[in-house]
Amino acid sequence: MNILQFFWKNQAQICDLTLEHLWLVGISMLLAVSIGMPLGILLTRRPVFRRAILGGATIVQTIPSLALFGFLLPAPWLGERADRLAITALTLYALLPIVQNTYAGITGVDAGVREAARGMGMTDGELLMQVELPLAFGVILTGVRVATVITVGVATIAAAIGAGGLGEFIFRGLAMVDNRVILAGAIPAALMALLADFFLSRLERRFRYV
Amino acid sequence: MKVVAKPEMVIEFRGVSYRLESGRTLLSDLNLQILRGETLVLLGRSGSGKTTTLKLINRLLEPTQGQVLVEGCATSLWDPIRLRRRIGYVIQEVGLFPHFTVERNVGLVPRLEGWPADRARQRVHELLDLVGLEPERFARRFPRELSGGQRQRVGVARALAADPPFLLMDEPFGALDPVTRAEIQREFQTLEGRLQKTIVFVTHDLREGLMLATRLALMEGGRLLGVYTPEEFRRASDPTVTAYLQAFETTQTPRGGE
Repeated sequence: MNILQFFWKNQAQICDLTLEHLWLVGISMLLAVSIGMPLGILLTRRPVFRRAILGGATIVQTIPSLALFGFLLPAPWLGERADRLAITALTLYALLPIVQNTYAGITGVDAGVREAARGMGMTDGELLMQVELPLAFGVILTGVRVATVITVGVATIAAAIGAGGLGEFIFRGLAMVDNRVILAGAIPAALMALLADFFLSRLERRFRYV
Repeated sequence: MKVVAKPEMVIEFRGVSYRLESGRTLLSDLNLQILRGETLVLLGRSGSGKTTTLKLINRLLEPTQGQVLVEGCATSLWDPIRLRRRIGYVIQEVGLFPHFTVERNVGLVPRLEGWPADRARQRVHELLDLVGLEPERFARRFPRELSGGQRQRVGVARALAADPPFLLMDEPFGALDPVTRAEIQREFQTLEGRLQKTIVFVTHDLREGLMLATRLALMEGGRLLGVYTPEEFRRASDPTVTAYLQAFETTQTPRGGE
């Protein structure tokens, strides 16, 4: 049975696991953006936290993903369900590029633009919502794109703690020493990463000014 | 009807110093009065404290000593947002918002102030006419689609949008090429007469200063050397002025005069 026949025969399961994978990645990214962006904004307003927040996010990033899943396992509420645990770990992983790019995007807004905005009497909120965030949006999206691609990859490891997703095929294939099974997980995951990269870069281009 | 009897003082510096946290003094003991409707030019070389003086007026900076009074009230007591919306601000980098059209850029302060949309629009068109940009052609363009001179005109229109009684201008024409600069200076001179606003204008360009000023305040190393009318300056009767003129000429001549 060649690879295509194998894929055809198992299409239902490939579909299920792809959807599960998508769900893990989607929820994690949603959480990471809704935590990371405010954190990035906070850094621009209170630079004192810069070292703590960026340092913390960097440390998380250096923990090997399998170890991070393991570390969180004994945590009280998180450890109860595998998907909860996986989403938490994935969110933590995705945080750094988003926080960093939000901060860099906002601080990178042209000084003249910011001075004009303040000089004309914009409040800090108006400056942020009408000027800084719209102008930083392209850079923030780059962070989201990088984080998404990383998360699609790391999410395959979530199968190791029983959270499902395309990693199931990969681990099963490794155990069975069957490349077809490994590829049934790896190919859809790679496609997912490529598609996310493609669409998010297209979106980014719309937010390029000057 | 013009009230000539007693010129009204609208901005006053009382013993104002500004020191950075590092201890460097950018401005020391400035005493200066600015009258309603005049154009006061702050003249001096880079680092003389001109821009610092300007930013103390709209409270982008606060004095470390002394007081700046705007309409009789210390800037530290003004709500900075209210204060700044009464003061038009034009800077050399222009600072147009690249993601806004010309129309939205100019209409910014009216919109922040909650003007109805059609009134704001009408005002924007009026102002674009005033600065010599046809609204039909330019209103929908983005800043990147404009030349340097056109951008600076939009910057001036934006500063005038909510009809503020004051206008602060920080080397507004400094980044333009000499031909465009001369053109826009002439236009601004005409505009100045029509606007009847109190203008504080920072420049290092003596010719520009003489052309636009009601009075010139000469600054050097964070200190005010003196305030002169353009005539006094031209006659150069004052030794400080003579020294400045000489310094200006020696720097200008080798470059063939800018």
